Amino acid sequence: MSDSDCNLCAIGPANPVESVLRLDRIPTIWCPGCGIGTSVNSFAFALMNSGLDLKKVVIVSGIGCSGRVSGYVDLDAFHTTHGRAIPFATGLKLANPELTVIVYSGDGDLTSIGGNHLIHAARRNVDIKVFCVNNMIYAMTGGQAAATTPGAALSTTTPYGCFEPDLNIPHLVDAAGACYVARWTTYHVKQLERSMGEALKKKGFSFIEILSPCPTYFQRKNNMGDGLAAMEDYKKRSKIRNGAPTGEIAIVPGGDIIVGKFVDRERLDYLALMRQQLGSHYHERGCQTC
Amino acid sequence: MAKGSVRVTAERCKGCGFCVAFCPTHVLQLSSAFNSKGYHPPSMIAPEKCSGCNLCGMYCPDFAIFGFRTGDSQKGKEAA
Amino acid sequence: MNADPAAVREGTHFMNGDAAACEGALAAGARFAAGYPITPSTEIVERFASRVPEVGGLFIQMEDELAASIAIQGMVWAGAKSFTVTSGPGFSLMMEHIGYAAMTETPCVFMDVQRGGPSTGLPTLPAQGDMMQARFGSHGDYQVIALCPNSPQECFELSVKSFNLAERYRLPVMLMMDECVGHMTEKVVVPAAEKIYVEPRRRTAKAPGDYRAYECGPDLVPEMAHAGEGHHLYVTGLTHDKRGYPVMNPATQRELVTRLFDKIKLAKNDLLMVDEDQTEGADVVVVSFGITSRVAERAIQMARAKGMKVGRLRLICVWPFPEDKIAALASRIKAFVVPELNMGQVVLEVERTVAGRCRTISVPHPGGTVHKPEDILAAIERGAR
Ligand code: SF4
Ligand code: SF4
Ligand code: SF4
Repeated sequence: MSDSDCNLCAIGPANPVESVLRLDRIPTIWCPGCGIGTSVNSFAFALMNSGLDLKKVVIVSGIGCSGRVSGYVDLDAFHTTHGRAIPFATGLKLANPELTVIVYSGDGDLTSIGGNHLIHAARRNVDIKVFCVNNMIYAMTGGQAAATTPGAALSTTTPYGCFEPDLNIPHLVDAAGACYVARWTTYHVKQLERSMGEALKKKGFSFIEILSPCPTYFQRKNNMGDGLAAMEDYKKRSKIRNGAPTGEIAIVPGGDIIVGKFVDRERLDYLALMRQQLGSHYHERGCQTC
Repeated sequence: MAKGSVRVTAERCKGCGFCVAFCPTHVLQLSSAFNSKGYHPPSMIAPEKCSGCNLCGMYCPDFAIFGFRTGDSQKGKEAA
Repeated sequence: MNADPAAVREGTHFMNGDAAACEGALAAGARFAAGYPITPSTEIVERFASRVPEVGGLFIQMEDELAASIAIQGMVWAGAKSFTVTSGPGFSLMMEHIGYAAMTETPCVFMDVQRGGPSTGLPTLPAQGDMMQARFGSHGDYQVIALCPNSPQECFELSVKSFNLAERYRLPVMLMMDECVGHMTEKVVVPAAEKIYVEPRRRTAKAPGDYRAYECGPDLVPEMAHAGEGHHLYVTGLTHDKRGYPVMNPATQRELVTRLFDKIKLAKNDLLMVDEDQTEGADVVVVSFGITSRVAERAIQMARAKGMKVGRLRLICVWPFPEDKIAALASRIKAFVVPELNMGQVVLEVERTVAGRCRTISVPHPGGTVHKPEDILAAIERGAR
């Protein structure tokens, strides 16, 4: 290191996000220029500024690069099976409503193998927060096409280009009844932080899609440069349109990337509906035996 | 005088350049030095322009840099 | 600890095995369940959905069995006792999470009311064809406990026992019913709450910071903490160290998987649950479980009436397999006769354990109905020769 770097090591405050990270797990497994870690910064600040007792905040993830977030954030963390973070989180929340339950996972995990659970959790309006990192590919398994792979993109399983139409995830969860739906990219660190903060406070099923670079597979396979190039691309192509109808925000290769908060509605959540429906049939009585 | 400074944990850096690209006042560049993994961590080329906004920290996927405001002049001098 | 009186319907009832299993779950402290409808198991959670609001719990019908079998584990880590119920096709879908429960040492109960298979098979007719699946169905090496009731009364009792064992050993317990036992209506005596033992969760008394989630004492069963208690839990299905952190190397794999086996080996006396009659001096011992044991009993009586020396060994706990018991008998008798409503599953374990010391006669049956006692009798007669 050159001399001029000495001041960088000067005694100063610690990186504030460290207080919510498992430092003994860092460095992360993520590649240089991967956006997942960037999203974690927004998440860390959202947590720190939420005023929540972090003892009561739980993170659940499935399998994949994004699923590893649960291992780096210093909350009670559950790294479950592929696609099943949402039903696990549903069980956690229903059995202990005091917990704030966050699902942090990837697009393949949440929308393909876990797609059924995503739809039904939104429909039931279970009070969980789902933060979906969308890198448009199966990254951890080596760059296979996902339900989110756009256009005719190349992947290891679509060597001649993908021909399956991709999923507009915000549209899906909106249609299923989610209370809060937003999309940002990892370029929008501040907006993402604010949005995550709103989701943490929102009662009901909340969903944020986070577009994130995967330089190792998606970018490389499609000659899109490195992580930084993807970030520059997000910067250039993103248009903030809060309240945009989710049916109009599909991601089109080369087109505008519509970001913003699309849905913020009030609906009774699962437990409130249950209480309302059961009325006097429901007798409050905590667990007496465990 | 600089209102802020940054701190780099060079060993965590993976050289992605996010911090350099998105610093609003172009304070940083990737240095020519290597860390033990062979990446070039950032260094300040225009420290006097640092506002301590911590956007670099927000962008860094590896928690390797963060910016902070230097409250008193003493700290400001150190950082500069 | 005893059962919560609010959840126990003390008294003498006329109910089917499914209902009794539900009453057992309530008595054992289960206040949460998740499931997906499938014949012939659904009555268990239908009753639970109606009963559990009285004691402040809930049943959630999930979108599929994959979801149900992991939702219950979220409930457990939130501090509840929880279970799911299913039958063959759904049991197949749940295998993924039986493995997850075994790996993460999540105490929970899977009730499988067995019907004829493979595939959709015979939705409303009995079989016992999921026995090997209960033991080996999920990938990798792990241990489970599987109990087989042969009456509605035992559906109640073994349901309670399933939860107790899940808590004691921190693993998934399978209550392996069958369509006959599930739909059979008989007298069921539910004792007073204070007569029902309920195993408390092995919760840690350690302070956050001192507690390591997968550290354990001589019984090899770690203490448990719940989400929301400040322990910074990390729970993963990946191979993990004592803190719960993923460490993927052969040494950690060996230590963890060996312990998952050894904790059950250490418990083998506690888990020896057989119903044994006249095996002393017997020439033939009939090994059976579940509904088949009731047909076998008729065959045993017929054989004894003909002057044959026939013993009964009914397996109440099939997994872990009572190897010592079978091995000890093997050197004293001429033959084991093993009727079961499958093409020969548990008989393979009998044969393995016997290791040639006596004969093992399988009485297979593809399911759909029960054996004819005469078929079992014929096997006994062969064994006695
Ligand atoms: S493979 Fe892609 S998504 Fe996974 S860590 Fe690397 S860059 Fe990130
Ligand atoms: S703190 Fe702000 S101004 Fe200073 S280097 Fe970082 S991004 Fe640039
Ligand atoms: S953003 Fe972080 S990892 Fe990337 S170059 Fe800057 S300090 Fe290094």
